[in-house]
Amino acid sequence: MHIARKNPPLSLATRETSAMRRMLIAAALIVLLLFLFLPLAVIFREALRMGWQVYLDAIAEPYAVAAIRLTLVTAAIAVPFNLFFGIAAAWCIAKFDFRGKNLLVTLIDLPFSVSPVISGLVYVLLFGAQGWLGPWFAGHGIQIIFAVPGIVLATVFVTFPFVARELIPLMQEQGREEEEAALLLGAGGLQTFLRITLPNIKWGLLYGVLLCNARAMGEFGAVSVVSGHIRGLTNTIPLHVEILYNEYNFAAAFAVASLLTLLALVTLTAKTLLAWLYANKTGS
Amino acid sequence: MVRPRAASRPHTLPGFGLALGYTLFYLGVVVLIPLAGLVFKTFTIPWADFRAAVGAPRVMAALGLSFGAALVAAAIDVLLGLLIAWALVRYPFPGRRLADALVDLPFALPTAVAGISLTTLYSPNGWLGGFLNTLGVQIAFTRLGIVIALIFIGLPFVVRVVQPVLQDIEVEQEEVAACLGAGRLQTFLRVILPVLTPALVTGFTLAFARAVGEYGSVIFIAGNLPMVSEIAPLIIVIKLEQYDFAGATSVALVMLATAFLLLFAINVVQRRFRKRFWPA
Repeated sequence: MHIARKNPPLSLATRETSAMRRMLIAAALIVLLLFLFLPLAVIFREALRMGWQVYLDAIAEPYAVAAIRLTLVTAAIAVPFNLFFGIAAAWCIAKFDFRGKNLLVTLIDLPFSVSPVISGLVYVLLFGAQGWLGPWFAGHGIQIIFAVPGIVLATVFVTFPFVARELIPLMQEQGREEEEAALLLGAGGLQTFLRITLPNIKWGLLYGVLLCNARAMGEFGAVSVVSGHIRGLTNTIPLHVEILYNEYNFAAAFAVASLLTLLALVTLTAKTLLAWLYANKTGS
Repeated sequence: MVRPRAASRPHTLPGFGLALGYTLFYLGVVVLIPLAGLVFKTFTIPWADFRAAVGAPRVMAALGLSFGAALVAAAIDVLLGLLIAWALVRYPFPGRRLADALVDLPFALPTAVAGISLTTLYSPNGWLGGFLNTLGVQIAFTRLGIVIALIFIGLPFVVRVVQPVLQDIEVEQEEVAACLGAGRLQTFLRVILPVLTPALVTGFTLAFARAVGEYGSVIFIAGNLPMVSEIAPLIIVIKLEQYDFAGATSVALVMLATAFLLLFAINVVQRRFRKRFWPA
């Protein structure tokens, strides 16, 4: 009697038939194609529909350049602020035990569950012409709402949790033994952080910064509420896209939008590479 | 053995006071004080004005639409997300890595870009809209368009929450079920699905929370007809443009309060569910 078979029945029983598998794979791919790939493809197709000259003109136009500059400035301010905060928050949450830690983690996530429009609204209420602090600032010649400071503030708010959220689980997983050993061997606090902690978290940190940056450059709702939409002055790239689109200038709208799409693709690629790098490191 | 209390454990590493102090200060200045300002502002609004602002038929319709469309979209996200997570985790197929990377697109793509792209795709002369138009279905500038945009925004939440749980399911459980005579469908429904349910609920919650307040990806495709396809965040924007700060604040507070209540209720249900299936 010969009982050894090529496919033992047990493994067949924990798998779908090959027809079923193919159907499920096909269904998943169709969903991905319809819901994710087509929207991506449309952007580039519309952007290049009128040819490269129109594309380049739309990006090089003065208002577009001003919008690009403002977006870069905003991200250059907002991202370091939240980077610094993310490291501080992850340091005390992951490396120490204290009461109210869970509450703190929940509060850090709060901006994620607030509508972008409401995120903008809270700053209008605070710094607007009829807000609590607005008149005081206006008296000192500082305008916040409908000006660049408001755009930066709203961006800081909506990108607030990104770095912290990436670092907290990573640093929790790593524990504190390595830092304790370094201190025992005579390293100072800063030295320990720079030479032990930072190398351990650098990939997670980079990923958090990338996500934070992508959102900072692409934020629409919150920035739209505080910006005032002054062309050349308080228009970020997403707001510029909106204006062009509403003027039925579709080719230009998609051309400028394609810049943000490229940024998103770079972010996704870097994320995939970082995940692969990380898996290879821990896998070996 | 008595476990040492967490709070009484001495800090061995430096910088706790500084890090926590800065964290609380920054959290307070950037998030808590501005949000508290919103709540305080509501207290200064006379009750009659608050009721008039929120109770207006146009506002009620918008709130109903925002929450209703978010619920529908999150439910569809659960089905589609489970399908995608299942295929990505269980079946090796060419292009799987690429497909996996693509899932995060809605996280990385700015909402306004997603909005104009979806609108073009589903408008009557777009790639999908043209086809659907011949079937008599119009997506762009209707409520269906809102749901489509919200599905797009919420999809990665479900996939990313379900994926690791699906990966960790041990094959032995399925083998036992098969040994005991369960068919594949039965194993899925009675062994795998209960293990996945908490993750599916979490994914639903995240997708829903994001969808309720979503603005950028929706306003282009929605058509924004009052009473029909106008979402609540747009109402806030319109009220702000009319310098109706009290009205905007009232609607915002109702949105926040309702969303938090719903999320809280989902949390409670999930905790009950956990207790029932995994006592202690």
